[in-house]
Amino acid sequence: MLNVGKLENGFVIDHIKAGKCMDIYNYLGLGKLDCCVAIIKNAKSNKMGKKDIIKIDGGLDLVDLDILGFIDDNITINVIKNGVITEKKTLSLPKTVTNVIKCKNPRCITQIEQELDNVFILTDEKNHIYRCKYCEEKA
Amino acid sequence: MKHLLSPLDLSVDELDELLRLASDIAADPARYSECCHGKKLATLFYEPSTRTRLSFEAAMLNLGGSVLGFSSADSSSASKGESVSDTIRVISCYADICAMRHPKEGAPLVASMHSSIPVINAGDGGHQHPTQTLTDLMTIKELKGGFDNLTIGLCGDLKFGRTVHSLIQSLVRYNNVKFVLISPRELRVPSYILSDVLGAGGHEFIEVERLEDAIPELDILYMTRVQRERFFNEEEYMRMKGFYILDNAKMKLAKDDMIVLHPLPRVNEISVEVDNDPRACYFKQAQFGVYVRMALILKLLEVDLPC
Repeated sequence: MLNVGKLENGFVIDHIKAGKCMDIYNYLGLGKLDCCVAIIKNAKSNKMGKKDIIKIDGGLDLVDLDILGFIDDNITINVIKNGVITEKKTLSLPKTVTNVIKCKNPRCITQIEQELDNVFILTDEKNHIYRCKYCEEKA
Repeated sequence: MKHLLSPLDLSVDELDELLRLASDIAADPARYSECCHGKKLATLFYEPSTRTRLSFEAAMLNLGGSVLGFSSADSSSASKGESVSDTIRVISCYADICAMRHPKEGAPLVASMHSSIPVINAGDGGHQHPTQTLTDLMTIKELKGGFDNLTIGLCGDLKFGRTVHSLIQSLVRYNNVKFVLISPRELRVPSYILSDVLGAGGHEFIEVERLEDAIPELDILYMTRVQRERFFNEEEYMRMKGFYILDNAKMKLAKDDMIVLHPLPRVNEISVEVDNDPRACYFKQAQFGVYVRMALILKLLEVDLPC
């Protein structure tokens, strides 16, 4: 069993699907942070069998967590203050997702227009369907 | 400022108002012949479309305005790599309103985000073509008196035909419209239209394979072309192509007051012999297209009426 030090102040991104932690690390731009970041892969989980966890020694304001709901809304966020969990956040689907994924439609204007953001809009919350803002292609 | 990017940008009330104005214009076009004096329409056509471009130009000229623009990407700064957002910023300095056709889907939306003049989507790839839908709706309203309680047959390529999708999405906003979807299996209406648009609203629809089976009950027959390259194999195309060609024999099965519409251009899906039938309304439809574009230009330019 591997031990990773306890967080005093920061947050834990928990219940990440096993093998997906590096995707989330990259989506959230955690490589650019100055603070301590721990990545735990394939941790034992009663609920999931195996899961990944990311611990971040810093405030929630360091990263835009909305995007996590788009990637996997089973992920949970535990906020730690003075060594104890003060808040458990569950994620909701963000209304829009900007520059996380690219439109696959070869006929979409995002394929040729310079510096145009790739924006996807939540059009069907029940079925988790996002569509390109420009051509309405499904994500 | 308003733009027109999708047919559903207009509420039912706004659409009714626009169609009323178009109808007034049709009744007395001369009354509107100076309404846009001194105004300029830019036609930004990144791909050729003679019919739509000329319809827009005719509309602006009928209103006493003038037109400028280009009719292919080769003759525009796009060939030098200029972005849509830069082009529209410049065109905004030259014209009062613009109509844009672009092969890339969403290009008119990008233009509208950077434009200081109203942008009309004149067709963006396989995505939207709202002024064709307005044309179709005006034709139906003028010739059938309204939209409620109609049975409309949509025939041909219902999978890729954007005019068909837009027309369905617009007509479901009215009461008791029944849809008869006539197409080969390969070219049926996409499932999201069936489930999200027709199914979700509880609208009555049936899917059939042969035009002859459906035509007797129709109030409107909206024809589109079935293209050979859409079929998986030649044998299937040869077996089915006759099902979707409208001729006098099939017209004999139709009601006396059914109307035949087509977004044009026609290739061979409506036999030329049908042109003389008083129920063939596709050329009248092209005329209505000019009136409805005149009404749209007046609305988007917020011209005070009567002028």
